[in-house]
Amino acid sequence: MGVAVKPNQFHVLAVDDSIIDRKLIERLLKTSSYQVTAVDSGSKALEFLGLIDEDHEQEDADIPSVSPKNLNQDIEVNLIITDYCMPEMTGYDLLRKIKESKSLKDIPVVIMSSENVPSRINRCLEEGAEEFFLKPVQMEDVSKLRPHMMRNKAKDDEPNINKRKGMEEENQSPERTRTKYNNSLEDVQLVVGDL
Amino acid sequence: MDVGQMRRQWVEYTKSLFMEGFLDSQFEQLQQLQDESNPDFVVEVVSLFFEDSERLLNDLTRALDQPSVDFKLVDSYVHQLKGSSSSIGASRVKNACIAFRNFCEEQNVEGCRRCLQQVKQENLLVKNKLETLFRMEQQIVAAGGSIPNMEQIGF
Repeated sequence: MGVAVKPNQFHVLAVDDSIIDRKLIERLLKTSSYQVTAVDSGSKALEFLGLIDEDHEQEDADIPSVSPKNLNQDIEVNLIITDYCMPEMTGYDLLRKIKESKSLKDIPVVIMSSENVPSRINRCLEEGAEEFFLKPVQMEDVSKLRPHMMRNKAKDDEPNINKRKGMEEENQSPERTRTKYNNSLEDVQLVVGDL
Repeated sequence: MDVGQMRRQWVEYTKSLFMEGFLDSQFEQLQQLQDESNPDFVVEVVSLFFEDSERLLNDLTRALDQPSVDFKLVDSYVHQLKGSSSSIGASRVKNACIAFRNFCEEQNVEGCRRCLQQVKQENLLVKNKLETLFRMEQQIVAAGGSIPNMEQIGF
Protein backbone atom coordinates (compact mmCIF):
# COMPACT_ATOMS: atom_id res chain seq x y z
CA MET A 1 0.00 0.00 0.00
CA GLY A 2 2.67 2.49 -0.97
CA VAL A 3 1.38 6.03 -1.04
CA ALA A 4 3.43 8.88 -2.36
CA VAL A 5 2.06 11.98 -0.76
CA LYS A 6 2.88 15.21 -2.52
CA PRO A 7 4.60 17.51 -0.06
CA ASN A 8 2.12 20.37 -0.07
CA GLN A 9 -1.05 18.37 -0.35
CA PHE A 10 -3.16 17.28 2.57
CA HIS A 11 -3.81 13.57 2.83
CA VAL A 12 -7.14 12.34 4.12
CA LEU A 13 -7.90 8.81 5.24
CA ALA A 14 -11.57 8.01 4.58
CA VAL A 15 -13.22 5.07 6.31
CA ASP A 16 -16.63 3.73 5.24
CA ASP A 17 -18.00 0.23 4.75
CA SER A 18 -20.31 1.40 1.93
CA ILE A 19 -18.66 1.31 -1.48
CA ILE A 20 -21.03 4.01 -2.73
CA ASP A 21 -20.21 6.35 0.14
CA ARG A 22 -16.49 5.67 -0.25
CA LYS A 23 -16.67 6.67 -3.89
CA LEU A 24 -18.65 9.76 -3.02
CA ILE A 25 -16.39 10.97 -0.21
CA GLU A 26 -13.33 10.26 -2.30
CA ARG A 27 -14.68 12.43 -5.13
CA LEU A 28 -15.70 15.20 -2.72
CA LEU A 29 -12.24 15.22 -1.15
CA LYS A 30 -10.38 15.06 -4.46
CA THR A 31 -12.46 17.96 -5.76
CA SER A 32 -11.01 19.93 -2.86
CA SER A 33 -7.52 18.87 -3.97
CA TYR A 34 -6.89 16.49 -1.13
CA GLN A 35 -5.10 13.21 -1.59
CA VAL A 36 -7.32 10.38 -0.46
CA THR A 37 -6.88 6.87 0.84
CA ALA A 38 -10.21 5.10 1.29
CA VAL A 39 -10.60 1.93 3.34
CA ASP A 40 -13.65 -0.11 4.20
CA SER A 41 -13.21 -0.76 7.91
CA GLY A 42 -11.82 0.58 11.17
CA SER A 43 -9.32 -2.24 11.39
CA LYS A 44 -8.01 -1.49 7.87
CA ALA A 45 -7.73 2.14 8.90
CA LEU A 46 -5.66 1.24 11.95
CA GLU A 47 -3.55 -1.06 9.82
CA PHE A 48 -2.89 1.79 7.43
CA LEU A 49 -2.05 4.04 10.32
CA GLY A 50 0.42 1.45 11.58
CA LEU A 51 -1.43 0.58 14.72
CA ILE A 52 -1.94 -3.18 14.53
CA ASP A 53 0.01 -3.48 17.71
CA GLU A 54 1.73 -0.36 19.00
CA ASP A 55 4.50 -2.40 20.62
CA HIS A 56 5.35 -4.18 17.40
CA GLU A 57 4.76 -1.21 15.10
CA GLN A 58 8.11 -1.32 13.40
CA GLU A 59 8.70 -5.06 13.46
CA ASP A 60 6.72 -6.24 10.48
CA ALA A 61 8.69 -5.33 7.38
CA ASP A 62 5.71 -5.85 5.08
CA ILE A 63 3.74 -3.04 6.60
CA PRO A 64 4.98 0.37 5.55
CA SER A 65 6.24 2.31 8.49
CA VAL A 66 3.65 4.96 8.96
CA SER A 67 3.82 8.03 11.05
CA PRO A 68 1.50 11.00 11.27
CA LYS A 69 4.33 13.27 12.28
CA ASN A 70 7.73 13.86 10.80
CA LEU A 71 9.47 10.67 11.83
CA ASN A 72 8.78 9.13 8.45
CA GLN A 73 7.84 11.41 5.59
CA ASP A 74 6.61 8.59 3.36
CA ILE A 75 3.06 8.55 4.64
CA GLU A 76 1.40 11.32 6.54
CA VAL A 77 -2.29 11.47 7.36
CA ASN A 78 -3.64 14.94 8.01
CA LEU A 79 -7.24 14.03 8.77
CA ILE A 80 -9.38 10.96 9.24
CA ILE A 81 -13.01 11.01 8.17
CA THR A 82 -15.01 7.99 9.20
CA ASP A 83 -18.53 6.63 9.02
CA TYR A 84 -20.15 5.95 12.38
CA CYS A 85 -22.16 2.79 11.63
CA MET A 86 -19.78 0.08 10.56
CA PRO A 87 -19.77 -3.62 11.42
CA GLU A 88 -17.21 -4.86 13.97
CA MET A 89 -15.63 -1.48 14.72
CA THR A 90 -17.81 1.61 14.73
CA GLY A 91 -16.49 5.06 13.87
CA TYR A 92 -16.70 5.85 17.57
CA ASP A 93 -14.54 2.83 18.45
CA LEU A 94 -12.04 3.93 15.84
CA LEU A 95 -12.06 7.48 17.20
CA ARG A 96 -11.34 6.21 20.70
CA LYS A 97 -8.47 4.01 19.55
CA ILE A 98 -6.95 6.94 17.70
CA LYS A 99 -7.27 9.27 20.68
CA GLU A 100 -5.75 6.63 22.95
CA SER A 101 -2.72 6.30 20.70
CA LYS A 102 0.27 8.47 21.50
CA SER A 103 1.32 8.66 17.87
CA LEU A 104 -2.11 9.20 16.37
CA LYS A 105 -4.09 11.24 18.88
CA ASP A 106 -3.35 14.57 17.26
CA ILE A 107 -4.75 13.65 13.87
CA PRO A 108 -8.11 15.41 13.52
CA VAL A 109 -11.03 13.00 13.22
CA VAL A 110 -14.40 13.72 11.64
CA ILE A 111 -17.41 11.44 12.00
CA MET A 112 -20.16 10.94 9.40
CA SER A 113 -23.53 9.40 10.02
CA SER A 114 -26.82 8.96 8.22
CA GLU A 115 -28.66 9.23 11.52
CA ASN A 116 -29.20 12.43 13.45
CA VAL A 117 -28.91 11.20 17.03
CA PRO A 118 -27.93 14.06 19.37
CA SER A 119 -26.52 11.78 22.09
CA ARG A 120 -24.36 10.04 19.48
CA ILE A 121 -23.14 13.34 18.10
CA ASN A 122 -22.28 14.69 21.56
CA ARG A 123 -20.49 11.49 22.53
CA CYS A 124 -18.28 11.73 19.46
CA LEU A 125 -17.53 15.41 19.96
CA GLU A 126 -16.73 14.79 23.62
CA GLU A 127 -14.39 11.98 22.65
CA GLY A 128 -12.48 14.45 20.51
CA ALA A 129 -14.04 14.40 17.05
CA GLU A 130 -13.64 17.77 15.35
CA GLU A 131 -16.86 17.67 13.36
CA PHE A 132 -19.89 15.51 12.89
CA PHE A 133 -21.35 15.45 9.37
CA LEU A 134 -24.80 14.17 8.52
CA LYS A 135 -24.91 12.05 5.40
CA PRO A 136 -25.08 12.49 2.54
CA VAL A 137 -22.00 14.64 2.96
CA GLN A 138 -22.01 17.84 0.91
CA MET A 139 -19.30 20.02 -0.63
CA GLU A 140 -19.96 22.64 2.02
CA ASP A 141 -19.20 20.08 4.74
CA VAL A 142 -15.89 19.19 3.10
CA SER A 143 -14.96 22.87 2.96
CA LYS A 144 -14.94 22.84 6.79
CA LEU A 145 -12.06 20.38 6.92
CA ARG A 146 -9.18 22.62 5.91
CA PRO A 147 -8.85 24.62 9.17
CA HIS A 148 -8.49 21.38 11.13
CA MET A 149 -5.76 20.11 8.86
CA MET A 150 -3.94 23.42 8.82
CA ARG A 151 -4.06 23.70 12.57
CA ASN A 152 -2.64 20.21 12.85
CA LYS A 153 0.13 20.99 10.40
CA ALA A 154 1.01 24.20 12.21
CA LYS A 155 1.18 22.21 15.42
CA ASP A 156 3.74 19.89 13.85
CA ASP A 157 5.93 22.85 13.00
CA GLU A 158 5.72 24.39 16.47
CA PRO A 159 5.77 21.54 18.94
CA ASN A 160 5.63 23.70 22.03
CA ILE A 161 2.42 25.45 21.22
CA ASN A 162 -0.74 23.50 21.82
CA LYS A 163 -3.14 24.98 19.33
CA ARG A 164 -6.11 22.80 20.07
CA LYS A 165 -7.11 24.60 23.20
CA GLY A 166 -7.14 28.26 24.05
CA MET A 167 -7.26 31.29 21.85
CA GLU A 168 -6.04 31.18 18.31
CA GLU A 169 -5.10 34.39 16.59
CA GLU A 170 -4.49 33.31 13.02
CA ASN A 171 -6.69 30.27 12.66
CA GLN A 172 -10.31 29.80 13.43
CA SER A 173 -11.08 27.97 16.64
CA PRO A 174 -12.09 24.35 16.41
CA GLU A 175 -15.74 24.18 15.64
CA ARG A 176 -17.15 21.57 17.96
CA THR A 177 -20.62 21.59 16.48
CA ARG A 178 -21.85 22.18 13.02
CA THR A 179 -23.45 25.47 13.80
CA LYS A 180 -21.55 27.20 16.56
CA TYR A 181 -18.51 29.40 16.13
CA ASN A 182 -16.76 30.55 19.24
CA ASN A 183 -13.49 32.26 20.00
CA SER A 184 -12.84 30.64 23.30
CA LEU A 185 -13.06 27.00 24.18
CA GLU A 186 -14.86 28.02 27.36
CA ASP A 187 -17.83 29.10 25.34
CA VAL A 188 -17.95 26.00 23.19
CA GLN A 189 -21.11 24.22 23.94
CA LEU A 190 -21.50 20.61 23.04
CA VAL A 191 -25.04 21.28 22.03
CA VAL A 192 -26.52 20.08 18.82
CA GLY A 193 -27.90 23.47 17.78
CA ASP A 194 -29.60 23.50 14.44
CA LEU A 195 -28.79 19.97 13.40
CA MET B 1 -33.05 14.73 -33.84
CA ASP B 2 -30.32 17.31 -33.67
CA VAL B 3 -28.13 17.88 -30.66
CA GLY B 4 -30.18 20.85 -29.50
CA GLN B 5 -33.36 18.78 -29.48
CA MET B 6 -31.60 15.93 -27.67
CA ARG B 7 -30.33 18.31 -25.01
CA ARG B 8 -33.83 19.78 -24.53
CA GLN B 9 -35.28 16.29 -24.25
CA TRP B 10 -32.67 15.44 -21.63
CA VAL B 11 -33.57 18.53 -19.63
CA GLU B 12 -37.30 17.77 -19.74
CA TYR B 13 -36.74 14.16 -18.77
CA THR B 14 -34.44 15.10 -15.89
CA LYS B 15 -36.96 17.64 -14.62
CA SER B 16 -39.70 15.02 -14.70
CA LEU B 17 -37.59 12.63 -12.62
CA PHE B 18 -37.20 15.29 -9.95
CA MET B 19 -40.82 16.34 -10.05
CA GLU B 20 -42.09 12.78 -9.78
CA GLY B 21 -39.86 12.25 -6.77
CA PHE B 22 -37.61 9.62 -8.28
CA LEU B 23 -34.59 11.81 -7.69
CA ASP B 24 -33.82 14.49 -5.14
CA SER B 25 -31.19 17.22 -4.78
CA GLN B 26 -28.53 14.70 -3.83
CA PHE B 27 -28.56 13.51 -7.45
CA GLU B 28 -27.81 17.08 -8.49
CA GLN B 29 -24.82 17.01 -6.13
CA LEU B 30 -23.54 13.95 -8.00
CA GLN B 31 -23.97 15.74 -11.31
CA GLN B 32 -22.01 18.69 -9.99
CA LEU B 33 -19.16 16.41 -8.97
CA GLN B 34 -18.85 15.23 -12.57
CA ASP B 35 -16.51 17.15 -14.83
CA GLU B 36 -14.09 16.71 -17.73
CA SER B 37 -11.61 14.92 -15.49
CA ASN B 38 -14.34 12.59 -14.15
CA PRO B 39 -16.86 12.42 -17.01
CA ASP B 40 -18.40 9.11 -15.92
CA PHE B 41 -18.72 9.78 -12.24
CA VAL B 42 -22.52 9.69 -12.08
CA VAL B 43 -22.80 6.52 -14.16
CA GLU B 44 -20.13 4.87 -12.02
CA VAL B 45 -21.74 5.71 -8.69
CA VAL B 46 -25.19 4.76 -9.93
CA SER B 47 -23.86 1.44 -11.27
CA LEU B 48 -22.28 0.70 -7.91
CA PHE B 49 -25.60 1.48 -6.27
CA PHE B 50 -27.58 -0.96 -8.41
CA GLU B 51 -25.03 -3.74 -7.91
CA ASP B 52 -25.24 -3.12 -4.19
CA SER B 53 -29.04 -2.81 -4.09
CA GLU B 54 -29.46 -6.06 -6.01
CA ARG B 55 -27.26 -7.83 -3.49
CA LEU B 56 -29.15 -6.34 -0.55
CA LEU B 57 -32.56 -7.14 -2.05
CA ASN B 58 -31.49 -10.76 -2.50
CA ASP B 59 -30.25 -10.86 1.08
CA LEU B 60 -33.54 -9.36 2.26
CA THR B 61 -35.58 -11.88 0.29
CA ARG B 62 -33.63 -14.72 1.85
CA ALA B 63 -33.82 -13.27 5.35
CA LEU B 64 -37.59 -12.77 5.17
CA ASP B 65 -38.03 -16.30 3.84
CA GLN B 66 -36.62 -17.86 6.99
CA PRO B 67 -39.04 -19.72 9.29
CA SER B 68 -37.85 -17.47 12.10
CA VAL B 69 -37.05 -13.99 10.85
CA ASP B 70 -34.03 -12.20 12.28
CA PHE B 71 -35.38 -8.64 12.36
CA LYS B 72 -32.09 -7.16 13.46
CA LEU B 73 -30.45 -8.59 10.38
CA VAL B 74 -33.30 -7.46 8.12
CA ASP B 75 -33.09 -3.98 9.61
CA SER B 76 -29.34 -3.80 9.05
CA TYR B 77 -29.83 -4.61 5.35
CA VAL B 78 -32.56 -1.98 5.03
CA HIS B 79 -30.39 0.54 6.88
CA GLN B 80 -27.62 -0.04 4.33
CA LEU B 81 -30.00 0.32 1.41
CA LYS B 82 -31.52 3.45 2.88
CA GLY B 83 -28.05 4.94 3.24
CA SER B 84 -26.88 4.17 -0.25
CA SER B 85 -30.13 5.24 -1.92
CA SER B 86 -29.93 8.49 0.03
CA SER B 87 -26.35 8.97 -1.14
CA ILE B 88 -27.32 8.86 -4.80
CA GLY B 89 -30.57 10.78 -4.42
CA ALA B 90 -32.88 7.84 -5.18
CA SER B 91 -35.58 9.40 -3.08
CA ARG B 92 -38.46 6.95 -3.58
CA VAL B 93 -36.24 3.99 -2.75
CA LYS B 94 -35.05 5.80 0.36
CA ASN B 95 -38.60 6.56 1.50
CA ALA B 96 -39.65 2.96 0.94
CA CYS B 97 -36.73 1.92 3.17
CA ILE B 98 -37.85 4.28 5.92
CA ALA B 99 -41.30 2.66 5.94
CA PHE B 100 -39.64 -0.75 5.88
CA ARG B 101 -37.59 -0.01 8.99
CA ASN B 102 -40.75 0.84 10.92
CA PHE B 103 -42.11 -2.64 10.23
CA CYS B 104 -38.79 -4.15 11.28
CA GLU B 105 -39.08 -2.33 14.56
CA GLU B 106 -42.60 -3.70 15.04
CA GLN B 107 -41.31 -7.15 14.07
CA ASN B 108 -44.16 -7.37 11.59
CA VAL B 109 -43.26 -10.04 9.03
CA GLU B 110 -46.12 -9.39 6.64
CA GLY B 111 -45.50 -5.67 6.75
CA CYS B 112 -41.84 -6.29 6.03
CA ARG B 113 -42.60 -8.54 3.09
CA ARG B 114 -44.93 -5.93 1.61
CA CYS B 115 -42.25 -3.29 2.06
CA LEU B 116 -39.70 -5.49 0.38
CA GLN B 117 -41.95 -5.69 -2.67
CA GLN B 118 -42.34 -1.93 -2.60
CA VAL B 119 -38.60 -1.35 -2.36
CA LYS B 120 -37.96 -3.82 -5.19
CA GLN B 121 -40.46 -2.00 -7.35
CA GLU B 122 -39.06 1.46 -6.64
CA ASN B 123 -35.55 0.18 -7.23
CA LEU B 124 -36.55 -1.22 -10.62
CA LEU B 125 -38.43 1.93 -11.60
CA VAL B 126 -35.55 4.28 -10.85
CA LYS B 127 -33.13 1.88 -12.51
CA ASN B 128 -35.13 2.01 -15.73
CA LYS B 129 -35.47 5.78 -15.53
CA LEU B 130 -31.74 6.29 -15.03
CA GLU B 131 -30.87 3.86 -17.81
CA THR B 132 -33.05 5.94 -20.11
CA LEU B 133 -31.35 9.11 -18.92
CA PHE B 134 -27.86 7.70 -19.43
CA ARG B 135 -28.82 6.47 -22.91
CA MET B 136 -29.88 10.02 -23.79
CA GLU B 137 -26.54 11.28 -22.47
CA GLN B 138 -24.63 8.80 -24.62
CA GLN B 139 -26.56 9.96 -27.69
CA ILE B 140 -25.83 13.60 -26.95
CA VAL B 141 -22.13 12.95 -26.50
CA ALA B 142 -21.99 10.73 -29.60
CA ALA B 143 -23.56 13.55 -31.60
CA GLY B 144 -20.81 15.87 -30.42
CA GLY B 145 -22.87 17.71 -27.80
CA SER B 146 -22.41 18.17 -24.09
CA ILE B 147 -24.74 17.25 -21.25
CA PRO B 148 -26.57 20.33 -19.97
CA ASN B 149 -25.71 21.65 -16.54
CA MET B 150 -28.90 21.71 -14.45
CA GLU B 151 -27.50 24.46 -12.27
CA GLN B 152 -26.95 26.72 -15.25
CA ILE B 153 -30.47 26.12 -16.44
CA GLY B 154 -31.63 27.41 -13.11
CA PHE B 155 -33.45 24.28 -12.11
